[in-house]
Amino acid sequence: MITELIKKVLTAELQPEQLEIIDNSAAHAGHAGAASGGGHYHVTIVADAFEGKSMVQRHQLIYKALGDMMKQQIHALGINAISPSEYTKEAINE
Amino acid sequence: MEVIERIKDQLEKNSVVLYMKGTPDFPQCGFSGQSVQVLNACKAKFAYVNIFEDPELREALKSYSNWPTYPQLYIKGELVGGCDIIIDLYTKGELLKMLAEADAVAA
Repeated sequence: MITELIKKVLTAELQPEQLEIIDNSAAHAGHAGAASGGGHYHVTIVADAFEGKSMVQRHQLIYKALGDMMKQQIHALGINAISPSEYTKEAINE
Repeated sequence: MEVIERIKDQLEKNSVVLYMKGTPDFPQCGFSGQSVQVLNACKAKFAYVNIFEDPELREALKSYSNWPTYPQLYIKGELVGGCDIIIDLYTKGELLKMLAEADAVAA
């Protein structure tokens, strides 16, 4: 399963406190991008590595960790990258 | 012109550039389409590059920006992000500010 592989890679590279991966591939089956075999996934990740980094930098960290997976297995990746301190803030506001 | 030079040239001559799949009128990917919608909602004046028409640039820009997917939005030569970030900045009201600072909002 690609979902498991993404989880394994991100856990090893970024040591997240929280990690959730959703496979949205079924919703995109049949469109041009899905034809090449790459799936659509969404990642919610809380990791210390994101502290003090811009959104672009956070996404770049994730893309770098996934490396060649972004060329083959993954066609599109939705990302919600949160630092632990932001996560705590959000939890309090809720 | 070398492909990297071409990219730099595009980013230098246009304060807002969207590298996308398809065109603003006929986007060929949902994420590119959503990004265009958000820019239009901001009344942004932007240039676009259809990466399907330029396979060499399509590959080169990925390594130039350390960003493996499209769309990619640039404001004043800086990578702003892909669809997720564009929408997030829009809902926070920040995208409009960034576009205004780049003098890229239609009157």
